[in-house]
Amino acid sequence: MSAEAEAVAGPRRLSLIARLPVTLLVGGGIVLFWILVAVLGPRLSPYDPIAIDIGHSLLPPGGQHWLGTDSFGRDLLTRLMYGAGTDLQMSFFGVVGPFIIGTTVGLLAGNFGGRADTVLMRILDITVSFPYFVLVIAIVALLQPGLISYYISLTLVNWVSYARLVRSQVIVLKHADFVLAARTIGLGEVRVMTHHLLPNSIAPAVVFVMTDAVLTIVLGSSLGFLGLGVQPPAAEWGVMIAEGQLYLGIAWWISVFPGLAIAFLALGFSLVADGLARLLHTSQ
Amino acid sequence: MSKDPFLSVEDLAIEFATAHGPVPALRGVSFAMARGEVLGVVGESGSGKTVACRSIMRLVAENGRIVSGRIRFEGDDVLALDPAALRKLRGERVAMIFQNPSTHLDPLQPVGLQVGEALRVHHGLDAKAARRRAIELLADMRIPDPQRRVDAYPHELSGGMRQRVMIAAALACRPSLLIADEPTTALDVTVQAQILDLLRQLRKEHGLSIVLVSHDLGVVAEMCDRVVVMKDGQVVETGPVAQVIEQPEADYTRRLIASQPALMKPVERARRPDAPAILALDKLRVEFRQPRRLVDWIRRNPPHVIKAVDGISVTVDRGGALGIVGESGSGKSTIARAIVGLAPVLGGQIIFEQAPILAMKPAERKQFRRAVQMVFQDPFTSLNPSYTVAQTLAEPIRHHKLCPEAEIPARVAELMARVELSAELLARHPSQLSGGQRQRVGIARALALEPKLIIADEVTSALDVTIQAQILGLFEKLRQSMNLTLILISHDLAVVRHLCEQVAVMRNGKLVEFGATEQIFAAPRESYTRDLLAAIPRMGRRRSEPAPLPADA
Repeated sequence: MSAEAEAVAGPRRLSLIARLPVTLLVGGGIVLFWILVAVLGPRLSPYDPIAIDIGHSLLPPGGQHWLGTDSFGRDLLTRLMYGAGTDLQMSFFGVVGPFIIGTTVGLLAGNFGGRADTVLMRILDITVSFPYFVLVIAIVALLQPGLISYYISLTLVNWVSYARLVRSQVIVLKHADFVLAARTIGLGEVRVMTHHLLPNSIAPAVVFVMTDAVLTIVLGSSLGFLGLGVQPPAAEWGVMIAEGQLYLGIAWWISVFPGLAIAFLALGFSLVADGLARLLHTSQ
Repeated sequence: MSKDPFLSVEDLAIEFATAHGPVPALRGVSFAMARGEVLGVVGESGSGKTVACRSIMRLVAENGRIVSGRIRFEGDDVLALDPAALRKLRGERVAMIFQNPSTHLDPLQPVGLQVGEALRVHHGLDAKAARRRAIELLADMRIPDPQRRVDAYPHELSGGMRQRVMIAAALACRPSLLIADEPTTALDVTVQAQILDLLRQLRKEHGLSIVLVSHDLGVVAEMCDRVVVMKDGQVVETGPVAQVIEQPEADYTRRLIASQPALMKPVERARRPDAPAILALDKLRVEFRQPRRLVDWIRRNPPHVIKAVDGISVTVDRGGALGIVGESGSGKSTIARAIVGLAPVLGGQIIFEQAPILAMKPAERKQFRRAVQMVFQDPFTSLNPSYTVAQTLAEPIRHHKLCPEAEIPARVAELMARVELSAELLARHPSQLSGGQRQRVGIARALALEPKLIIADEVTSALDVTIQAQILGLFEKLRQSMNLTLILISHDLAVVRHLCEQVAVMRNGKLVEFGATEQIFAAPRESYTRDLLAAIPRMGRRRSEPAPLPADA
C-alpha cells in the first residue's frame, strides 16, 4: 500500500510544480535569487561595504569594481548585495505585524459583529482617513529614525488593509452552509474561526502580502532617502540612491543600480502575488 | 415536413479548450423543429443541452469552437451569417430567456427601459415610443398595472414578475423563435404554473415557436410537442412527447423517467399511532427584527418585526418522517434552523424526547446537539473547501470524543460505506467531487454523531433527477437500518410524498395543514394546498391545449 502510494506520489509532485502558474514560478525565482544574493553575496565579495577609500571614489563600472564605486570609494556591487539583506528583511518584518494583527481583527470583527465590530471599524475608518505616507513618516519621526520604528509605524497603520480584506470575506462565509454545519456539530467559536472561517477567507490577504511587501520596500527606501530609515553608512538601497543623487550628473551608476535592484525585487513580489491569486482562485 | 424546416441542427459538434486539452461538449447533435412547435430539450447538467440551444444563436463560450455541423434557421445558414445579419438574428428573430431572472436584469435600470432597449437599438424607436411599446408588452405578459410597473426597478418585483419582464424584453422585437433555458427552475411551483401558462398563451396568440430547455420531464411533458433527450453531448432519443414518455426506446430515457419523484412509489409504511413523538413543536415562534434606523427612533416607530415562523405546532413520530412543504419565504427552513439552535426562538416550545430544549443545561444541550443533525441544501457550499473528506468526517467524531483517536479512521471508513461512497475519495477535497458525491459526504457528516433525528433541508433540489432518486433511496435505506427519524424540508411535493408519512404545509410562516401524507394528497382541506397540488407539472397529463398551428409551408 505504502510503496504503491509512494510510486504515485513521485510523478504527481513533479506535475504539481508544472501546474503552478508561470508567474508564480518566475516571481518565486526572482525572490529566491535575491535571497541567495543576500546570503552569499557578503561572503563572496572581497570588499568592505562601509570602509571609506577616498582614493578610489567615483570609479565607473568595470575593471576591479564591476558596478563602480560611490563617492566614498566603496564598491557598489558589495553594498548592493549587503543592501539586499536589509531590504528583504524590511519587506518581511514590515508586513508580518500588520498581517497577523489585521487578519485577527478582521476575523473577530467579521464573525462576532455587533458593537465590537462597529468600534473596530470606526477606528479603521479614522486610520484610513489620514494620508498613508504622511502618517507613517510622522510616527517614525516621533519615535526615532530607524528600522524598528519603521516596523512599529507600519504595524500601527497598515493592519487596516488586512482587517478589511478578511472581515469582508468572513461576513460572507459565516452564513455559508459549511459554517452552519460546523456549528450544528457543536464546535466552539474558536474552532469554527480557526478551522472553518480562517482558511477559507485568508487567500486575498495572502495575495495582498506580496503587493504590500513591494510597497514596504519602496516606502522604506523613501524613508532611507529622507534620512528616517536605515542610517548611513549602513547599506540599504534607498540610502544608496539618496547618496548618489548629488553625483547624478557625473556618476549615474551610484543611484541607478540600487534603483534597478528595487524595481527587480518588486517585480518578483508582484509576479508572486499574481501567481498566488491564480493558484488560490483555481483551487477554491 | 417540408424540405426546408423552420429550424434544423445537423451533426453539430462543439468542443471546449481546457487546461487538459480540448473537451467535446457536443458530439454530432441533430434535431429539427417546425414553425409553431414547442420543442423540449431535456438532460442533466453537463449533457450539453444549454450549449446546443445557445449555438442556435451562434453564442458559444470564448473557449468553445464549432468543429463541424450545420444550423439552418428560416432558410439561412446560421454558421455562415455575416456579423450584421448575425446581430439581426440575435434579438430580432431568435430571443432567449434564462433561468435566473434576477441576475439577467440590470438592477440599476427601470424594467421598462430594459424591455424597450432592443426596440430602440434594432428598430430605432425613440424613447417615448419605446416606453409605450414596453407598457403594451408588459400588459401582454399579464403584468398587472403596467403603467406603473414600467418604471419599477427589478428589486421591486417578485421572481415571477421578473421572469415576465424577461420574456417581455425577449419578445420586444417579435422574434419567431424563443429559446427558454430552464425558465421556471428558480421559481415556486405555483409561479412556475403561471409562467408556463403564459408561454402557452403566447404561442397560441402570436404563433411563437419555443425551444424549452429543462431538466424537469414533467414540465416538458406538459408543454412540448416533441422532445429531444440529451446525455453527454449526444442526442439519446427524439420524438413526439407522448411516444417518448410512454414508450421510451433508450435506456437512459427510461432511467430518467423512473427517477421522476412523481412516479416513484410512496413508501409503504403506515403511521404507528402508538409510537411516541420524538420531537414536538408547540406554538413555535421565530421573529427577526429589522435594525432600527434614526427615523424610527425619532418617530418612535414600533420595531419592524418579520414573523418567519408564527405559532407552528407539529409532532414527529420516532422512526417516522415528516415532510415540511411550502414556497420560498414560507418559513420552512427557519423551522429547521430553530430546532438546531441557529435561529432565535421567541415563543413556544421545542420538545425533544419529552424534554423542552430551551430549558436545557449546557451539558444536556450538547447531548441534544449530537442527537439532531442537519443536511444542507447546496452541496457546493455545505462542505469546507479546505478540508479533505476524511477531515470533514473525522472532525465531529473527534470533537465529541466518540471513540479513541486510533479508531477514527475505521469509523470514517464505516461512514463512507454507509453512504455508499468509495474510500478512495477520502483524500479528496470537495472541489474534486461531483454534486451527488458531495451530498453523500454531507449526509455522512450528519451520521457521524449517530443522531436520532436528521433534518434534511431541500437536500435534492440542487441535484439532477437521477442523482436525486439515488439520494432519496439512500435516505430511505438509512432510515430503516439506523431507525432514524427524518424531517424533510422541500418545495417539491412529489419528493415529500415519496418519503414521508406525515406532511405539514406552510405559508407565510403559518401552518396551513398538517396530517397524514396520503390523506392530504387525496383530499386536501385547504384551498392553498389544493393550488399547490394542482400546480405540479405531471407527465401523462396535458392541459387544455390549443390546437397546434399548421406547420410552415
